[in-house]
Amino acid sequence: MSAAIEQPGFDIARIRADFPILSQSVHGRKLVFLDSGASAQKPRAVIHAMVRSMETRYANVHRGLHWLSERASDDYEAARDKVASFLNAAREEIVFVRNATEGINLVAATFGRSALRPGDAVVVSEMEHHANLVPWQMLRESHGIELRIVKITDSGELDFADLERQFADGRVRLLAITHMSNVLGTYTPVERLAAFAHERGARLLLDGAQAVVHRAVDVRAIDADFYVFSGHKLYGPSGIGVLFGKRELLDAMPPFLGGGDMIRSVSYEKSTWAEPPYRFEAGTPAIVEAVGLAAAIDYVNAIGFPAIAAHERALTDHALATLDAIGGVNVVGRAQDRGGVVAFTMDGVHAHDVATLLDKQGIAVRAGHHCAEPLTRRLGLDSTARATFGVYTTMEEIDALAAGLRRVQQVFGG
Amino acid sequence: MSGAADIGDLYQRLIMERARAPLHAGRPERFDAEAEGDNPMCGDRVHLRLSCAAGAIGEVWHETRGCAICIASADLMADAVAGRPRAAAEEMAGAFEAMVASGAVPDRAEFSALRALSGVHEYRSRHRCATLPWQALRAALTKTMETGHGG
Ligand SMILES: Cc1ncc(COP(=O)(O)O)c(C=O)c1O
Repeated sequence: MSAAIEQPGFDIARIRADFPILSQSVHGRKLVFLDSGASAQKPRAVIHAMVRSMETRYANVHRGLHWLSERASDDYEAARDKVASFLNAAREEIVFVRNATEGINLVAATFGRSALRPGDAVVVSEMEHHANLVPWQMLRESHGIELRIVKITDSGELDFADLERQFADGRVRLLAITHMSNVLGTYTPVERLAAFAHERGARLLLDGAQAVVHRAVDVRAIDADFYVFSGHKLYGPSGIGVLFGKRELLDAMPPFLGGGDMIRSVSYEKSTWAEPPYRFEAGTPAIVEAVGLAAAIDYVNAIGFPAIAAHERALTDHALATLDAIGGVNVVGRAQDRGGVVAFTMDGVHAHDVATLLDKQGIAVRAGHHCAEPLTRRLGLDSTARATFGVYTTMEEIDALAAGLRRVQQVFGG
Repeated sequence: MSGAADIGDLYQRLIMERARAPLHAGRPERFDAEAEGDNPMCGDRVHLRLSCAAGAIGEVWHETRGCAICIASADLMADAVAGRPRAAAEEMAGAFEAMVASGAVPDRAEFSALRALSGVHEYRSRHRCATLPWQALRAALTKTMETGHGG
């Protein structure tokens, strides 16, 4: 049916063939993987790049004077260049971390303690992942900042009137906010937020863990001060993530962790810090994972974000129409600008039971509060089930989800 | 396409009945001990209240916010431990947890209804849903000791 509106040039069969895991069966059924928002599957190009790195070009980086170490260092730094051009940043502005969570913690622990004073306020929204909430609560405990929560509207969009109120007393120094909600699918209007924050003397940190997978991100065009994402949601490996920080901000920030690679000189009396980004990369980094992330970026760039975005828009439209047509299934989040993350409840059936019964049919979704407990409560819910889409998701899989949900209703006597 | 039955083997009739219409749900006016169990991973929550006399459990009531497995487990537990000595109830908690962990049903009369939950064994991510009420029971029994109820 709706598979007919597939984008020209977007060869879904070929894309699916790139992901070895997708041909598996689960519980004797064809796997329908709708949990890419938690972590995406890996194309062969990423797997092979990592294998090749370990088989032919592996040693520690920045340390050895030998051939292999030079190759590994080249690959690791080439990955940094790749990420820099992916975000339209300079290479000095790209810090490799373990994941988005660590990126935000790094900013809280370094920028938070050096640029923020006790009594300064940090604003986050009601639709944050715990990764962009808990580090600021910790900073509140340790450093005496004030944490403010800006409301969302019932449709799941940022409430700009409330944002005005939160900023009214002029004490806000940082707006830390998601670029795309991992529950509601809402994209936040990031250019507008950057202008809003900057006009009021605040910096902007964007949690791009979800957004970066679905849209081209240009941190210069947005004018973001900090931007974080994780490799594993972008079809890359786990264990590698990215913090972008504007150069003058990183320059002024103290180190995060201490150790090898992050120093200029060390004596017992005093050590001096390396320049960014190395100042923030203590210890042996995730070398093979950086190579994998670079391969993942090549992979999505080869498909192209216009095609990816169009594909996912078609999937999302189809999913919303299909789920809305099932009586007793309620999608949460009705933002105008929303992407391939669809959370829902089913009348009379708990989300865990929905997920277990879908799993039995080979359909993988997530259920719970999705690391956004305050948001779930704000929606008046305990938990939701969530289907999330990737480049390899098909219209037929959405139809399979809908059929699967009808069978859940049968089991529960609906 | 196959019917609903083959995917729903976990959700046996007894579980569905108790999830839909639990017999021991609610909040009594008088009780001797209470405890709460929650699973921060998913937000399931069980609030237990129980009456005790002479070292034995009288009746058990639960307020459960959670999935069908959790509600049914709380309700079947309330049946199973009513009137039992404290030590026997604690021993049953251990036996129930072992059943969920291993999938093997204890060969004893008290498990004739509880065995409906043995299928949870196949679903590792759901073990906590079934064992949460028992965890709350242990906590409530510990409190009866502290407050001197239950003798
Ligand atoms: C919006 C958002 N922020 C942050 C995170 C945290 O990502 P990670 O666990 O890779 O650090 C996630 C993923 O779970 C997310 O969806």
